[in-house]
Amino acid sequence: MGDVFKALADPTRRTILDELTDRDGQTLFELCARLVSIHGLSSSRQAVSQHLDVLESAGLVESRREGRYKFHYINTKPLEPIVERWLRKRGRT
Amino acid sequence: MRINLASVLVDDQEKALRFYTDVLGFVKKHDIPMGADRWLTVVSPEDPEGTELLLEPSGHPAAKPFKDALVADGIPWTMFAVSDVQAEYERMRGLGVRFTQEPTDMGTVITAVFDDTCGNLIQIGQMKS
Repeated sequence: MGDVFKALADPTRRTILDELTDRDGQTLFELCARLVSIHGLSSSRQAVSQHLDVLESAGLVESRREGRYKFHYINTKPLEPIVERWLRKRGRT
Repeated sequence: MRINLASVLVDDQEKALRFYTDVLGFVKKHDIPMGADRWLTVVSPEDPEGTELLLEPSGHPAAKPFKDALVADGIPWTMFAVSDVQAEYERMRGLGVRFTQEPTDMGTVITAVFDDTCGNLIQIGQMKS
């Protein structure tokens, strides 16, 4: 769970997840364009690529190659233990 | 000084000419034999005296890795203006064109990105009024 919290600790990475929630399966180019035009975040492509690597190693983002293109998808599975630990248990009592 | 010519690197000039005219709707302007290749340009029917687009052969060894790397990250190499991105998206999708980015509101502009079948991604954009 440590990697997940570390990945979520950065506001740009949280925004990337917001945008993937808006539309799943985006290229690096689309994500960069959304960050700058919708959120005013002027991170370089290289920086966004590194953010994606962190999210990917935490399991929150999966990248899939489709022919010549590479798309990024959100994976919410690593968030489930958090819900289980603090929300679902509490809801039962 | 003004811009009278822009280029795209295409892997097959004849295929590119078909795509840029039949699918995108540009018209051929110059077609001059240049050895194995052609000086091949198209223009917009809305602006036949305007900027020409040169369909430049991408035979140089540096071209393919360059194009492949851009396409992998979804980066379009040139952009065309349209009055309605959503309508163009639907029209072109109907003709079998592959989009890597669906029409998206980017604030002042709506954009979409498609594969030109010649090794490039191209962006279309519509300024919001």
